[in-house]
Amino acid sequence: MKFRAKIVDAACLNHFTRVSSMVAKLAKACTLRISPRRLNFILADKVANGGVSMWCELEQENFFNEFQMEGVSAENNAIYLELTSENLSRALKTAQNARTLKIKLTNKHFPCLTVSIELLSVSNSSRIVTHDIPVKVIPRKLWKDLQEPTVPDCDVSIYLPVLKTMKSVVERMKNISNHLIIEANRNGDLNLKIESELVCVTTHFKDLGNPPFASEDASQDRNPAHMVEVHVDIRKFLQFLSGQQVNPTKAICTTHLPRHPCPLAVPDEGSLPGSSKAGFLLATEITRNGPLSDSCQADAQPPVSTAEEEEGPECT
Amino acid sequence: MKCLVTGGNVKVLGKAVHSLSRIGDELYLEPLEDGLSLRTVNSSRSAYACFLFAPLFFQLYQAATPGQDPLRCKILMKSFLSVFRSLVMLEKTVEKCCISLNGRSSLLVVQLHCKYGVRKTHNLSFQDCESLQAVFDPASCPHMLRAPAKVLGEAILPFPLALAEVTLGIGHGHRVILRSYQEEEADSTVKAMVTEMSIGEEDFQQLQAQEGVAITFCLKEFRGLLSFAESANLSLSIHFDAPGRPAIFTITDSLLDAHFVLATLSEPSPNSQDLRSPELCRQAPQLQAHSTPHLDDFANDDIDSYMIAMETTVGSEGSRTLPSISLSPGLQPPCNSGPHSEEEDEAEPSTVPGTPPPKKFRSLFFGSILAPAHSPQGPSPVLAEDSEGEG
Repeated sequence: MKFRAKIVDAACLNHFTRVSSMVAKLAKACTLRISPRRLNFILADKVANGGVSMWCELEQENFFNEFQMEGVSAENNAIYLELTSENLSRALKTAQNARTLKIKLTNKHFPCLTVSIELLSVSNSSRIVTHDIPVKVIPRKLWKDLQEPTVPDCDVSIYLPVLKTMKSVVERMKNISNHLIIEANRNGDLNLKIESELVCVTTHFKDLGNPPFASEDASQDRNPAHMVEVHVDIRKFLQFLSGQQVNPTKAICTTHLPRHPCPLAVPDEGSLPGSSKAGFLLATEITRNGPLSDSCQADAQPPVSTAEEEEGPECT
Repeated sequence: MKCLVTGGNVKVLGKAVHSLSRIGDELYLEPLEDGLSLRTVNSSRSAYACFLFAPLFFQLYQAATPGQDPLRCKILMKSFLSVFRSLVMLEKTVEKCCISLNGRSSLLVVQLHCKYGVRKTHNLSFQDCESLQAVFDPASCPHMLRAPAKVLGEAILPFPLALAEVTLGIGHGHRVILRSYQEEEADSTVKAMVTEMSIGEEDFQQLQAQEGVAITFCLKEFRGLLSFAESANLSLSIHFDAPGRPAIFTITDSLLDAHFVLATLSEPSPNSQDLRSPELCRQAPQLQAHSTPHLDDFANDDIDSYMIAMETTVGSEGSRTLPSISLSPGLQPPCNSGPHSEEEDEAEPSTVPGTPPPKKFRSLFFGSILAPAHSPQGPSPVLAEDSEGEG
């Protein structure tokens, strides 16, 4: 197994750093999947316990000047590593003024991802920072749990408003209730609602637009103005919103009923060529007196949906 | 004793107190002919810090009123720090700071003359004490390096704030290497990230050390001095010797001197396989000091109303000695000049009974300077009894 890669461009480095910070905010441990064309950050099987699970994909040629990898074997040309996400995030943050950043898989008493940063210095001297991040190689038999989630049918798919706005709204709502009700329809309306004994607060977002493909799957006879509603744990949702450091050009939320609905967002950095995408899966809950429009079964497996992302504008 | 600090020097004094507060809980204040010295030592005696402000630093400096012996006093660091707590406030509003020590009253008076006619007076109780002095000599250290504080500040930037210890060494190509030091725990499944910073020789104003030498010391304590040096924009020198011998960090300026002496991790004997061998101890001359109640007692008391008995020690009989830990000098093997990536100080020094638990460092060499003229005439009434306890 071999892996070595190099980043030279400051904007790419910045973006990569922000993606890793986002991952670090969501979970302590994450899986890094290295394949010939892609790099993936995977947070899996968190949904069963509530929380956020995530699949993030980066096209390696958009970030790295050099990228060489050799997987476990020729047929299974991938490397799956488990590491503490904060370590990678912290290592990358020291590369603020870096001339080059190199990452490679090494073995220094134990398997490590070595991040080697050459810093720009005022004088001509070079300064080199090296971080050895301990990793655990995930055996092939566990790979099947870490695959890209499939796109199931969804009921509603909607573009989210600016995440920062949503975050400030939800931030204030968390003091009133533990559950957030997200309602969306195919007319581009989104509501964020909380209910308590004394008060019910709703924030309405209109004219958000719906991604075109979503409407094909769902039943045609559904009234576009019909609101589909899901309940999520407000803190987990906030955790997901707080982790967003990459400004998405489009973030999409899809909900599914009758089984456990799950919202999902797909951030993308608009200023980089090509696309990177990330999908998030949030567990939702069925409240005892939740007025869900369709019958909900207490099913264990929440379906997931991802959404393709369009190309952002070219990097100047 | 009376001294007056004005203008920007008030903030410098405040910053020095902040640096000292990172080390110890008690501040030893002593007006000398050379200037005002502020010293402290940490509870495990593995770090000592001293700031000496020359008379020129002050607008007015009077070490002792004529006819009176100069006083030495020991104050709670927390109390003294509270006067200089907000550096921003010091810079913006304080015009003058007057520190006076009156032998007759038992108070150290710190008066801040602020803008708009505001005057803040702090009356701090103190205790007479012996002079705290560590025996060290930078000139006797074979290795040294000197760099602007900014370079060293940038050098420790990649290391997390929580990191306790760091290893400083010289690697290939005469590069200065700083590496995070993690205590190895055999049963820990999660390994820690190792960070290493390598700086070229050209960033240093002076570098006098061979490849392969390295020492490991407490980063948190070093940060205290470094932040002072950065704010004053001065150069910092590090004098060091073999692992296990204390490392001396100094800042020199026309107006002030600062010395931080930190213990370094000693290497295990190459022969001993068992890292917990009890032979790994070090000889430490004791700090014959004070008759103070145990340090912990301070924490429980209300500082403002704390009245410490005016005790003075009587030579060595009444003094509390450190738990003596003896190290046979032969157990300090010479540094191997291996490649820089090899870490010499891997092993954990054994815990010797009596060693203060939080730190695995050994005590520094402390001497006691007991000026004969100051030994008290007779035992003064003891209002607060010594409590038993470790040093």
